[in-house]
Amino acid sequence: MTKAKIYVMLKEGVLDPQGGVIQRSLASLSFKGVAKVRQGKVFEILLETHDRREAERQVQEMCRQLLVNPVIERYDFVIEGTP
Amino acid sequence: MRFGVVVFPGSNCDRDCYHVIRNVLRQDCRFVWHQESSLQGLDAVVLPGGFSYGDYLRVGAVARFSPVMSAVAEFAQGGGLVLGICNGFQILTEAGLLPGVLMRNRSLKFICKSVTIRVESTETPWTNRYQSGQALRIPVAHGDGNFFIDSKNLSELQKNQQILFRYCSPEGEILEEWNPNGSIEAIAGICNRERNVLGMMPHPERCSESILGSEEGRILFESVVEWFRQR
Repeated sequence: MTKAKIYVMLKEGVLDPQGGVIQRSLASLSFKGVAKVRQGKVFEILLETHDRREAERQVQEMCRQLLVNPVIERYDFVIEGTP
Repeated sequence: MRFGVVVFPGSNCDRDCYHVIRNVLRQDCRFVWHQESSLQGLDAVVLPGGFSYGDYLRVGAVARFSPVMSAVAEFAQGGGLVLGICNGFQILTEAGLLPGVLMRNRSLKFICKSVTIRVESTETPWTNRYQSGQALRIPVAHGDGNFFIDSKNLSELQKNQQILFRYCSPEGEILEEWNPNGSIEAIAGICNRERNVLGMMPHPERCSESILGSEEGRILFESVVEWFRQR
């Protein structure tokens, strides 16, 4: 098994109202100096393959077809190996 | 004219659309289950509002993979009329049949109220019986209606007059304070370049009878029937 962790974030320049609310909530809890908050999504996907290359290929394809909307989102992922 | 109303798991405006088409417009109409893979015999297809697949992942993202959506894409490609209302609009953008994306409302709140939208172009199957610049009173009910598109594709929309409806004041002025959800350029509805696919967040089927307070939505359906008759 291979574990992949996929991080999906809104692209720069796309308004993130949820991030804004979290930032203001942190300020109201007296956390000083929070310059910016952006909220995103994390997917943990367990793949049956042991081959890192194959895992990368599958994850790219999953992002392209379903997990990410490229109009507003960008992604990054790490292959963590056998859990 | 024969209409089809697609029913996804979680659609909840399908009955309203069916009622308006059948009982108000007096046109032929049938429900199309999302597992169906043929739209043969239909002249227009409606993707109704609702919360298909619970809005999981992103609104409209999962419905896009329903078997019926390949048929809808093919139907649209062949010039068939496709109307996406609310969740239907979200599905059409996820499926790539319309550009842009519907994001969470700027306020983060679900908005359920009547708004005013302005008809920006009447040269379409959907709006030919409206007056250009006409302000319509129409209900919205959505959490994710904040239309976003990058500047390059936005200018394409503008250049090709694909923006059909924009949120406005009751007098028909485009002012940011009358934009309910933060949509770029106050966009409430767009069509594709060929003008046979329309996506809009407001609900014309909820204002098609005087008993519901407004009949201005019915003109959209009448436009389609008229366009089809003259074709």
